[in-house]
Amino acid sequence: MTELTPAKSVAGKVVAAVANNVYESAIEAKKNGEKIAWISSNFPQEIPTAFGLHCVYPESQAAAISAKGAGQTMCEHAENELGLSNDICAYARISQAYADLGKCPNGEREMPLPDLVLCCNNICDCMFKWYENLARTLNIPIVMIDVPFNNKFDVDDKRIKYIRGQFDQAIKQLEGILGQKFDEKKFEEVCKISSQVGEEWLKATKYLNYKPAPYKGFDLFNHMAVATMARGQKESLEAFKEFNAECEQFIKEHKSTFKGDEKHRIMFEGIACWPYLGVTYKTLKNMGVNVTSCVYGPSFAFTYKNLDEMAAAYASMPNATNLERATQLREELCQEGKVDGGLVHINRSCKMWSSFMPEMARRISRDLDIPVVMFDGDQSDPRNFSEEQYVTRVQGLVEIMDSNAKKGE
Amino acid sequence: MFYLGMDVGSTATKCIVVDGSGTIVGKGLARGGAGTKAPAAAEAEALAQAQVSESEIETICATGYGRHLFDQANMEKSELSCHAKGASRLFPGVRTVIDIGGQDAKVLRLGVGGSLENFAMNDKCAAGTGRFLDVMAGVFGCDVSELSDYDRQSDHSVSISSTCTVFAESEVISKLASGESIYDVAAGVHDSVVDRTAGLANRLGIVPPVAMTGGVALNDALRERLEKKIGYPIQTSELAQFNGAFGAAIYALEA
Ligand code: SF4
Repeated sequence: MTELTPAKSVAGKVVAAVANNVYESAIEAKKNGEKIAWISSNFPQEIPTAFGLHCVYPESQAAAISAKGAGQTMCEHAENELGLSNDICAYARISQAYADLGKCPNGEREMPLPDLVLCCNNICDCMFKWYENLARTLNIPIVMIDVPFNNKFDVDDKRIKYIRGQFDQAIKQLEGILGQKFDEKKFEEVCKISSQVGEEWLKATKYLNYKPAPYKGFDLFNHMAVATMARGQKESLEAFKEFNAECEQFIKEHKSTFKGDEKHRIMFEGIACWPYLGVTYKTLKNMGVNVTSCVYGPSFAFTYKNLDEMAAAYASMPNATNLERATQLREELCQEGKVDGGLVHINRSCKMWSSFMPEMARRISRDLDIPVVMFDGDQSDPRNFSEEQYVTRVQGLVEIMDSNAKKGE
Repeated sequence: MFYLGMDVGSTATKCIVVDGSGTIVGKGLARGGAGTKAPAAAEAEALAQAQVSESEIETICATGYGRHLFDQANMEKSELSCHAKGASRLFPGVRTVIDIGGQDAKVLRLGVGGSLENFAMNDKCAAGTGRFLDVMAGVFGCDVSELSDYDRQSDHSVSISSTCTVFAESEVISKLASGESIYDVAAGVHDSVVDRTAGLANRLGIVPPVAMTGGVALNDALRERLEKKIGYPIQTSELAQFNGAFGAAIYALEA
């Protein structure tokens, strides 16, 4: 395996700046008396963006708060002061703690409090109660879009009609709340940008398919914030284009942000363990393992031209699709990413995503003949992770991949 | 020359010394894991039994949760690979190894040549581990080594439905308080571990022959219940607890 020259990404900083700007401009907007919405990551954001509404994302905020070390304090506030169960998703706990406190313990990731909330349950049903609770405790309106779990492989017309009807209703509701007419032209424009951003984002994730890859897969966990929060913005398009140009450059110059020899390539499945991002990354890196496949690429790469196509796209979120389709998606990503194994985060917070993982991991392992290992953790609550247990499992995975590689020589 | 394998576990440390042919010449076991005096004690016991001095040890391989803290080691291997390596020597031809240790339960699948092919481990929970049995033995007021005899005296197993160790402990207490015999409750405790272990094994897929290692393998009654549950005979060895250390010693020899 050729070792690439270690490189620092400049474009990565541009992408991060776009994410930061989402928060900063929302803080500014609030100061100027404009309305702010808290929005779930897979709500059709093209609709509020077309209204010019400032949206901020509690999930991304909770991730940032946890990565900066305040996850436990916020979770404990939710449990001890608000009476929320420890079993509730830590993002939801952190978000409700933030809604109650209005600030982070040490300014980890501030954002303005909302004037309305926009919720879509296409990734999990915990969203419903979380947003209902926000709306009730803050006494603000809620716009809700129900995208039921799809037990069939494809999205049928009935489903599209059901979701499309709710899009129309959401638009009406927003017209009432914001006191302004929905601008179809603006909406089309936003959809166009959103689709282009989606394509550039997907392209960015596909550079991991190069062997060795021009960047470390963990970078995606950070850049994803832009694909989530700023899908409908021109700045995101420019930032991802710059990132992709940098990838091309790195490939030409045999450079990578993954330091060292990329001995093995794996699929990482599940949300990152934000409080232990360093530990989980370094353990892999020190054993020469890069993540070259993860589901975040297609998760935020929507392409559509009208509301019906948009309904179909939002109903095809990885967490809303059936096991067969979800497995097929991962297997294709594994093949494209040329992985030698898989590492699955069984996430105590995210029941929806974790509960079908054991069976999906078994199928991927069987179909692709690769080892797939699971570890326990939590995306935000640091009390639910054991570093030693993680290291043992990763070491076992690497030893199997080593011995498979020897067999293949 | 001799080779030493050290398995620094969560509740006990095991040490094995092998000669140049891989034959075990000394073993040592001490209660306690990383950060205690156990590693030194286990090593001293194994060396004394082997009648070998430290200077005659060519390579030391450490494994187990405390492996990083054992400074004398020249190399480290994960406990998963060490258990696979040890089991392939203790039970030639074995394809599935069930290991129940103090803090985790794991099932390993070995390739035809004895290398680790795949594995499944319990989640971050004491249910189905040696610790679960320790806690239950505490409730019965007996030593964990007596659980097998208790089970043998039972005529029916009293179902323990809680998987959580703390909940199961109160369930056991309430069963005893409601007049169930201690032997039948002990059998129920075993069944609860067996159910979890069989679930883990089925998740991976059982390929015979099957062997069992770790301290819990010495519990005959539990092992027999597990045989019935999974439908395969299960081999074990009096060296079951030393399997990880033995595998580490073989890695040291092969290095
Ligand atoms: S339960 Fe999972 S999908 Fe739902 S909000 Fe939490 S992390 Fe996201």
